[in-house]
Amino acid sequence: MTAARRGERALHTPAQWTALAVFLALAGVVLPLANLLPGEGSVLRVPDFLIPLLGKFLCYAIVALAIDLIWGYTGILSLGHGVFFALGGYAMGMHLMRTIGTEGVYASELPDFMVFLDWKELPWFWYGFDSFAFAASMALLAPAALAFVFGWFAFRSRITGVYFSIITQAMTFAFMLLFFRNNTGFGGNNGLTDFKRILGFPLQAPGTRVGLYLASLLGLTLVYLACRFIVKSKAGRLLTAIRDAEGKVRFSGYDTLHYKLFVWTFSALLCGFAGALYVPQVGIINPGEMTPANSIEMAIWVAVGGRGTLVGAVVGAWLVNAAKSVFTVAAPETWLFVLGGTFVGVTLFAPRGLAGFAATVRRRPRESLPAKAPVPEET
Amino acid sequence: MSAIAPAPGVDTRQGTILYVEGLTVSFDGFKALDDLNLYLADGELRCIIGPNGAGKTTLMDVITGKTRPDAGSVFFGSNIDLTELREHEIVSKGIGRKFQKPTVFEKRDVFENLELAARGVKTVRQSLFGRLSSELSDRIDDVARSIGLAQELERSAGDLSHGQKQWLEIGMLLMQDPRLLLVDEPVAGMTQPEVERTGELLRSLAGTHTVVVVEHDMEFVRSIARTVTVLHQGRVIAEGNMDVVQADPRVVEVYLGE
Repeated sequence: MTAARRGERALHTPAQWTALAVFLALAGVVLPLANLLPGEGSVLRVPDFLIPLLGKFLCYAIVALAIDLIWGYTGILSLGHGVFFALGGYAMGMHLMRTIGTEGVYASELPDFMVFLDWKELPWFWYGFDSFAFAASMALLAPAALAFVFGWFAFRSRITGVYFSIITQAMTFAFMLLFFRNNTGFGGNNGLTDFKRILGFPLQAPGTRVGLYLASLLGLTLVYLACRFIVKSKAGRLLTAIRDAEGKVRFSGYDTLHYKLFVWTFSALLCGFAGALYVPQVGIINPGEMTPANSIEMAIWVAVGGRGTLVGAVVGAWLVNAAKSVFTVAAPETWLFVLGGTFVGVTLFAPRGLAGFAATVRRRPRESLPAKAPVPEET
Repeated sequence: MSAIAPAPGVDTRQGTILYVEGLTVSFDGFKALDDLNLYLADGELRCIIGPNGAGKTTLMDVITGKTRPDAGSVFFGSNIDLTELREHEIVSKGIGRKFQKPTVFEKRDVFENLELAARGVKTVRQSLFGRLSSELSDRIDDVARSIGLAQELERSAGDLSHGQKQWLEIGMLLMQDPRLLLVDEPVAGMTQPEVERTGELLRSLAGTHTVVVVEHDMEFVRSIARTVTVLHQGRVIAEGNMDVVQADPRVVEVYLGE
């Protein structure tokens, strides 16, 4: 009994590990080689434009995992995760701006937009971003710190449900307005762009693009395993217990504030991580990432894929974004209708998302077994 | 270090485990509790009855830290002032409460419900990195046996019958090793055999635990109670064994006058 329980608490079954390994082999070895090796025009060649696009999808999947942790498992719907993603992106963007050096339009030591604003020296909050390590840690720490402070006040006042969701919207909106101002010092509505290189590698080179894609794949794998570790631990069971009956958890002697704050902050940190991987691949970060609609779209990925299953969240992010890539090219004006329609459809017909739908389909034949006539033992 | 922490130091050398003195709670001018006094002997089984609005639930809320009193004191043993503590701290001192409506974690199985309720270190770090110890696993088996759910460990709590959920919730209280158990309407909605089993369970817990039962079902109270306390309008109007209490003219008036 105990042994069986312990087995059940392993991170994955052997079959699941195999599936993960096959996915990694395809996405991490076959796909990049199919981009780099076959010559131009070969049918086997994965076109260049696809690499940063897929890299972007990998970053979105990290965001979906982060939202699933806080929404799917803990029951706290955030409609403001875009701000954490953007802060991570800005931290990385600031580093990339600093590495442009004097190759900008104005050939100045300062980023172009500062020259344009007639600033004479670097503002103090840009200090340190010359260093990649500093920028990378700020990409994680800045969103985590914001989330910690925001969460501490919100959870301590026991703000829950739709009220919490609304103030997260207000938060991302407030940050968007702040970042739109030129005087805030992050490039105003143009944001940060025109990056040249990362860690010395030119950003436009195919090798660098594949490198960033692989870094995103590695990042997603690590984030997935970390999330899997959390949801499989006792803490994970407590998170779902908080979602279903928080008062009971409190009366069982747990300080739920600590658990909510932990998962909320960790979720924000993951979003910052995703943002930092995203910006070098798309080449720009601007306050548009903080629009409330952006954050809502992130929640839709998770709703479509299936709240409370990690793989569901990842698949949801990919499907919605793949659909977005197709529709915004084929028929741009229809995209928002498709997105809204999908959301309504999923809510009505598959409230647990595609993952829940798949689980129901898989279970159905087994449930109908006892209804069948018993098969005779002897032949 | 064991996952099961030592029992907290509640001082019951006087033989009394709970001292409630001069307790007053008012909501918008309405006095839910009015200068209430109540003492519980260590290890006794006490039933608290009273008409709706008598203050039974408010009393439980104050003891468990959910409501703060306007006046008066609540001491656990002679040394722990409960009015100074937060809900989860009171739990860790050894007071467990079962609510009227059974609240179990429906999506988790019986084993996990008991595991989550267990006494132990309850920090985020411990929950993330701690392993299930064999003592805890054995303890869960013991408690599951005593609440009659040893065969149901793998079933999800949402699939249990109403009576089984109530027992599971009592089991979850037991996992906390409480000294004082507050049990709100344990037999509401139960079938007769379930009521009898619940009575046996509560009687078997008295002695090693102090048990307070709030109940409307007079038949049930008569079958388990040694001492009954009657509340009315936030005060204790009678206390004693069931026969004495039922003969008390004030009790008769309160119940018939409703």
